[in-house]
Amino acid sequence: MSPTRDSIPREHLLWMWERLTLIREFEERLKWLVETGVPAGPVHYYTGQEAVAVGVCGALEVTDWIASTHRGHGHCIAKGADVRRMMAELYGKATGTNGAKGGSMHITDVSIGMLGVNPIVGMGVTHAVGAALSSKVRQSTQVAVAFFGDGGASQGAVHEAMNLAAIWTLPVLFVCENNGYADATPVEYAVPIKNIADRGAAYGMPGVVVDGQDAIAVWLAAAEAVHRARTGHGPTLIECKTYRYYGHHQGDDPHRYRTLEEERAARDRDCIKKFREWAVADAVLTTEELDAIESKNRSLIDEAVRFAEQSPLPAAGELYTHVYVAGPR
Amino acid sequence: MSAELKSAPRELTFSQAINEAIRLEMRRDPTIIIMGEDIAGAAGRAHLGMVDAWGGPLRATRGLITEFGAQRVLDTPVSEMGFVGAAVGAAMTGLRPIVEVMFVDLIGCCYDQLLNQAAKMHYVTGGQVELPLVVRTAYGTYAGKTRTYGGGAGAQHSQTLYSVLAHIPGLKVVVPSTAYNAKGLTIAAIRDNGPVIVMEHKFLGSAAKGAVPEEAYSLPIGRAEVVRQGRDVTLCGIGRMTHVCLEAAEALAREGISAEVVDVLTLAPLDEATILESVKRTHRFVVVDEDTPTASMGRDIAARVAENAFEWLDAPVKAINAPETPVPFAAVLEALYVPSAERVLGAVREMLS
Repeated sequence: MSPTRDSIPREHLLWMWERLTLIREFEERLKWLVETGVPAGPVHYYTGQEAVAVGVCGALEVTDWIASTHRGHGHCIAKGADVRRMMAELYGKATGTNGAKGGSMHITDVSIGMLGVNPIVGMGVTHAVGAALSSKVRQSTQVAVAFFGDGGASQGAVHEAMNLAAIWTLPVLFVCENNGYADATPVEYAVPIKNIADRGAAYGMPGVVVDGQDAIAVWLAAAEAVHRARTGHGPTLIECKTYRYYGHHQGDDPHRYRTLEEERAARDRDCIKKFREWAVADAVLTTEELDAIESKNRSLIDEAVRFAEQSPLPAAGELYTHVYVAGPR
Repeated sequence: MSAELKSAPRELTFSQAINEAIRLEMRRDPTIIIMGEDIAGAAGRAHLGMVDAWGGPLRATRGLITEFGAQRVLDTPVSEMGFVGAAVGAAMTGLRPIVEVMFVDLIGCCYDQLLNQAAKMHYVTGGQVELPLVVRTAYGTYAGKTRTYGGGAGAQHSQTLYSVLAHIPGLKVVVPSTAYNAKGLTIAAIRDNGPVIVMEHKFLGSAAKGAVPEEAYSLPIGRAEVVRQGRDVTLCGIGRMTHVCLEAAEALAREGISAEVVDVLTLAPLDEATILESVKRTHRFVVVDEDTPTASMGRDIAARVAENAFEWLDAPVKAINAPETPVPFAAVLEALYVPSAERVLGAVREMLS
């Protein structure tokens, strides 16, 4: 039986709120740090899209896999990455998730099933399909999630990956985060149909459109797709209609290609605001509980910044390590 | 270079030796899978009694599906970017995939998966991810003395292109030249925990026959081999060009010139030491490369010799490559395209004159 909005356990709602606000706090703080001179390289803020990462990852086990996009900080945090090590990676410190060998566009933590932020648009989608193939061959129950954007939806790799997943009935979710823009290209220019989810039909898989500003709606859709995948019924395409609040990256001024009215309308549907209003109105969670979590998250990010600032730089010899994998098995 | 062996060798072709390498490793390790276009053929037609219609374009994978089943021997649709990417993801999550990219000319379709994904995954993740991936791909032309006609596969099915793979840090690239080293290097590639490209020359696939022991053995990646000893000049060959070098060395011997032949075997990481030691003995150096000259392995190896063995050289180094053209179709032109023993002889005679 499919889960419903009312059947979500309280602890799960608290977890969702905690992750939504932790991503928001991480990205807002990072933006401030970058704007005040911290050299974090190119960063693509996830702000505005939190409900997608949290809704989807909330439907997964820690042993399940996700493959991310260039806009991946939210996916990492939703899957359970340590924000201190993420921040240290962005600061280029030895304690970073990737030992400062990757940066924002490569944050990876395989210990929690996070197979990597990936800045070559669409390529991570094929990796999720490979992880799902691995699960099937090894007769595991793990599922994999491929995140991609409305930009990635036009990449050949994504179509090839969906086709492979469909013909091999692989346990994978294709989650399209349609935030309206690929760099500065509006989705209605690059995609000739209204819903990218309709493309599921071309590969014989369900295609579902979800309000990407509603974490619970995303969670419900993801939970159903995960159930399908785990029970051997193959892939699902879920399109989450969402919005990125800032430019493509830290140096991009989005007002060269979109209007303030549009941005205001999107912010009116803010996923964190919506979640709070719903939770309080339905008396599921109290204002005090929600505030306490937000306040705790601010402290966590304070601590993450301190950790990053105080961590050592990588040793010069690190330039040469990890080029080849050491030794045959 | 040889492994320690227990069994008596039989004669196998280069392709049969690779087939045996894959088969033995797949028996040993259930996490090894193999994927590619028509590596079996007739996928899904078992109910009509049709299986293994092709066994790969060079028949190198024949019989694998009947032994290991469709779960581990996966025919793919025509989507190199998709299935090489899936192999990368599978290698990150507990499998040891072997993928076949039918011809290296198709590498453009999946180049990102090799140059950005497979090659860099271990590095950018700070060593978190190992990537036990093998990419097998056929290269070169069929043109040869034993053929009345050339290969005739033309500009997009005859290329060599290993330099664009060896160029990428993180990718190992091996170029076997005999049935014996094809088996040993394929097994080494499968056992390696990082991505390894195995370049299989189309002509050698059936033409190179030799003694191959029955058991599994692995030859070291990153090791060149002196396959003929000599005093007057070092001829350095890549893949099929090693046979061209040996042919030239035989002819030179009749002229009283003693040529040493080094078979490179691995392009990345390159065994510079073996090549330089040979040059220090012979004082002259010719490298023979079937690839086009600009940014080629041949010129790269020549440059390394010039840079690191200059004081031992009695003559300028020489790189013999294919011409700076696409591979032509007509047999007469194709025969001119591929570096020949005659060109090697000409270069050596000039060097010694």
